[in-house]
Amino acid sequence: MLNQLTISELSAKLAQREVSAREATQACLDQIARVDGKIHAFLSFNAADALAQAEKADKAIAAGENKPLLGVPIAVKDVLAVKNQPLNCASKILGNFISPYDATAIEKLQAAGAIVFGRLNMDEFAMGSSTENSAFGATKNPWDITRIPGGSSGGSAAAVAAHECIASLGSDTGGSIRQPAALCGCVGLKPTYGRISRYGLVAFASSLDQIGPFTKDVRDSATLLGVMSGVDPRDSTSVPQPVPDYTKALTGDIRGMKLGLPKEYMIGGLDAEVKSAVAAAVKKFQELGAEIVEISLPHTDYAVATYYIIATAEASANLARFDGIRYCARVDGADPIELYGQTRGAGFGPEVKRRIILGTYVLSSGYHDAYYLHAQKVRTLIRNDFLKAFETVDAIVTPTTPTAAFKIGEKSDDPLQMYLSDIFTISCNLAGICGVSVPCGFTKNPKLPIGLQLLGKPFGEESLLRIAHAYEQATPWHKEKAAI
Amino acid sequence: MATGEIDVKYVAHLARLALTPDEEKKLSAQLGSILGYIEKLRELDVTDVEPTAHAVPLVNVTRADEIRPSLPHDEALRNAPRQSNGLFIVPKIVE
Repeated sequence: MLNQLTISELSAKLAQREVSAREATQACLDQIARVDGKIHAFLSFNAADALAQAEKADKAIAAGENKPLLGVPIAVKDVLAVKNQPLNCASKILGNFISPYDATAIEKLQAAGAIVFGRLNMDEFAMGSSTENSAFGATKNPWDITRIPGGSSGGSAAAVAAHECIASLGSDTGGSIRQPAALCGCVGLKPTYGRISRYGLVAFASSLDQIGPFTKDVRDSATLLGVMSGVDPRDSTSVPQPVPDYTKALTGDIRGMKLGLPKEYMIGGLDAEVKSAVAAAVKKFQELGAEIVEISLPHTDYAVATYYIIATAEASANLARFDGIRYCARVDGADPIELYGQTRGAGFGPEVKRRIILGTYVLSSGYHDAYYLHAQKVRTLIRNDFLKAFETVDAIVTPTTPTAAFKIGEKSDDPLQMYLSDIFTISCNLAGICGVSVPCGFTKNPKLPIGLQLLGKPFGEESLLRIAHAYEQATPWHKEKAAI
Repeated sequence: MATGEIDVKYVAHLARLALTPDEEKKLSAQLGSILGYIEKLRELDVTDVEPTAHAVPLVNVTRADEIRPSLPHDEALRNAPRQSNGLFIVPKIVE
């Protein structure tokens, strides 16, 4: 079962000529044929193109080339531009859009030898927490197909959990990598804002968006982060920080490291099984020699409200470009204003409309200072909470989500309840720090994955991944596979 | 911060978003409850707090003003809903 391998396992087998990239790619395609009718992680994929890339990789391997991702099939969220492939953001509005260029992260994957294939389902324009907002139908959780996989990168998480690819890419604006990773039982990393270029990532909220990997273990996340990181002249918010070999940080030794437990995260809505899984993880960290200290992030309770002002304001501006002139499925009107309105009214789904209206409102004349500027100031307080905490701790430990995966349809009629399911992940984006979700157990009945979130300092991915890896290697959770 | 109703029709016009009467009604109710929740930010005194627009310590990132290759003309027009003679076609703007 080559599709079940991790990047490091597959790379080793490819290097030893035990298997070919073509066989590995075919195994992924076979798994898609077998399970994706039930899961619906993929919106589309081009099998012939994937196999052609695999054959090219096999030739390179035969010629003795050695690249970190040579011959590894990696699938992509439908929000990243891959030249000559469709890009829809799981929305009707983009019509038959074909990307004219590659995102920088995609260029880097390809330069490292990866086989980049497939368009993974998501909430429309990355707005949502369940992938139910896709215009092309919901993705199902591989652990229980009556439940949501999380979102917005639900297709990316489900595809890795169902072993339809070796790893995948997603984007995280308020938890859209970590939350679905937690609910599907994989590793999901949101790097520090500015670590990976956003060029070619369709913008939702530009000051919060970040690209990141979904993988089967922490080592693979470290590998992908190293490949994709770095300053890019095409994204002025990418930061010129050196890019270390993140896999070298995975020593397994976390003795003497300090981990903070924020008291504000022990909220009423926290599920009892999630709570006890996180408590067991904390105990495991102590056994591994880490020191646990209680910390306070006093403005936690304001994060969701702050986020829904800032993210919607930025989205309302970013999504103005979908107007039916240069691209989009145009709906004609008598004049340009009518054309814009008709095109956008017909093309956007309900959640996107909701956020555009809210974002336009908080930026509109007379309300800008009261809502948007006020929220930006609260954002400073939230960021300062974290920077202060990181003066005394190396990382912060929390649950990734308050509950395991919920039922399809359970929250889709109540936007506010849906927003509150992101309560533990949102602050990380507002503060611009890094975070990762790793599997930390299962609920009993039904058996659903639980995620542990670790939050790290800005550009502190080495420590973050070291801690996550040490925990992972000391526990069995990441080895469990969904029965699909 | 002002509480209360969003004039959805007016805001939708600002956003260039044609909504059906049903959508307007539903959005008005949903946004009312979301705005009610957002009101909690008023509890905080932010008088002397600087706003955060961005979490990275970068300012004025510039590059040399040099001619470089850009997206080729035909690629830029590739996804146009209507085009002619290498141009985007739009409805009449000036009478």
